[in-house]
Amino acid sequence: MQIKLNNQNCCSEKPVIQLTAGEKLCKNHFNEYFENKVFKTIRQFDLLGKEENLGVALSGGKDSLTVLTILNKLSKQNPKIKLTAIAIDEGIAGYRDKTLVTAQKFCDENRIQLNIFSYKEEFGFTLDEMLKILNVKPCSICGVFRRYLLNKKSRELKLTKLATGHNLDDECQSILMNQMKNNIGASARLGPKVGVANDAKFSQRIKPLYLCMEKEVTTYAFINGLLDNFNECPNVVHSFRAQVRDMLNDMELKFPGTKYGIVNSFLETLPILKEKFRGEMVQACSKCGEPSANDVCSACSYLEKLRKSDSIKI
Amino acid sequence: MKKIKIAVFIDRENKNISAELDVDSPVSDLLKKLKINSVTVIVSRNNELILEDEKLNDRDEIKILSVISGG
Repeated sequence: MQIKLNNQNCCSEKPVIQLTAGEKLCKNHFNEYFENKVFKTIRQFDLLGKEENLGVALSGGKDSLTVLTILNKLSKQNPKIKLTAIAIDEGIAGYRDKTLVTAQKFCDENRIQLNIFSYKEEFGFTLDEMLKILNVKPCSICGVFRRYLLNKKSRELKLTKLATGHNLDDECQSILMNQMKNNIGASARLGPKVGVANDAKFSQRIKPLYLCMEKEVTTYAFINGLLDNFNECPNVVHSFRAQVRDMLNDMELKFPGTKYGIVNSFLETLPILKEKFRGEMVQACSKCGEPSANDVCSACSYLEKLRKSDSIKI
Repeated sequence: MKKIKIAVFIDRENKNISAELDVDSPVSDLLKKLKINSVTVIVSRNNELILEDEKLNDRDEIKILSVISGG
């Protein structure tokens, strides 16, 4: 498909989006543009091999439903790419229970196996309970346990890779957050493909929506019937990420292309970062054996504090 | 100047409001009036997406849908 590089419409059909470069695309041309962009990202960053037992981290939100929809199309064209979905139930009342219903419905309709793992069953506490016991930032503790479970369960399910719905906006926010917190080592673990293949401890993660802006993902989700009622995690509004997100959106409005600029320039420096921080961390946690930067991993540290504080309250 | 009245649903706030604009005002004017950054939303009318330069009509029913990830 030839896309015109100006403010003209792609064809006589009504446009549904105006891209950053100015072109206005109708529903069919946008679907083609968006899916091709994802397939191109997969090729450009070598995200998939010829044969995969691929997991997709599914929250039931628009990003993960979009990535699952496109990878499901790919899997149907190529039976050697086998697909399964993983959802984590953190135990956030009024939020995750709703998105999991959407996730289950989507997987049932598309005949995709969905594996749900919960904090309550795996750790003994829901996130809501954890936050009542410990005075910690919700997104920090939640992220630790979610990454832990996704990694562990991907390995147990013998997945070759785990795809997530992270988009250009998510990556852009992470890059800036790491800069602002002087935590550049964490940026070495960003990028469209994280971790190495066939590692005994780490499941490799891929981000097929890496170059897709959030507005593009939402447009795709809307025109393909994947957009459910708006549902925001009650904890996210307090986060540092939310403030960085708002700042980036203000900049994008004033200077279109800002987010592409940040991510593209980051990709130029990523190989240097990976080289600099290569070999750092990765030892086995002395308690659970999972990968850790320290003797005891963050998940086990939190669990110890939770159990101590919980028994004191009892 | 003649005015038009628009019914607006803002999904992020789960809120229905009414907005008054000049005749022939485009979607971008509505977003400015509501102080909503156009980067953060998509806009639909009769379940079809419309762009910022699309002119609004009297008694249009508009949905402003957030593109922000839920967390």
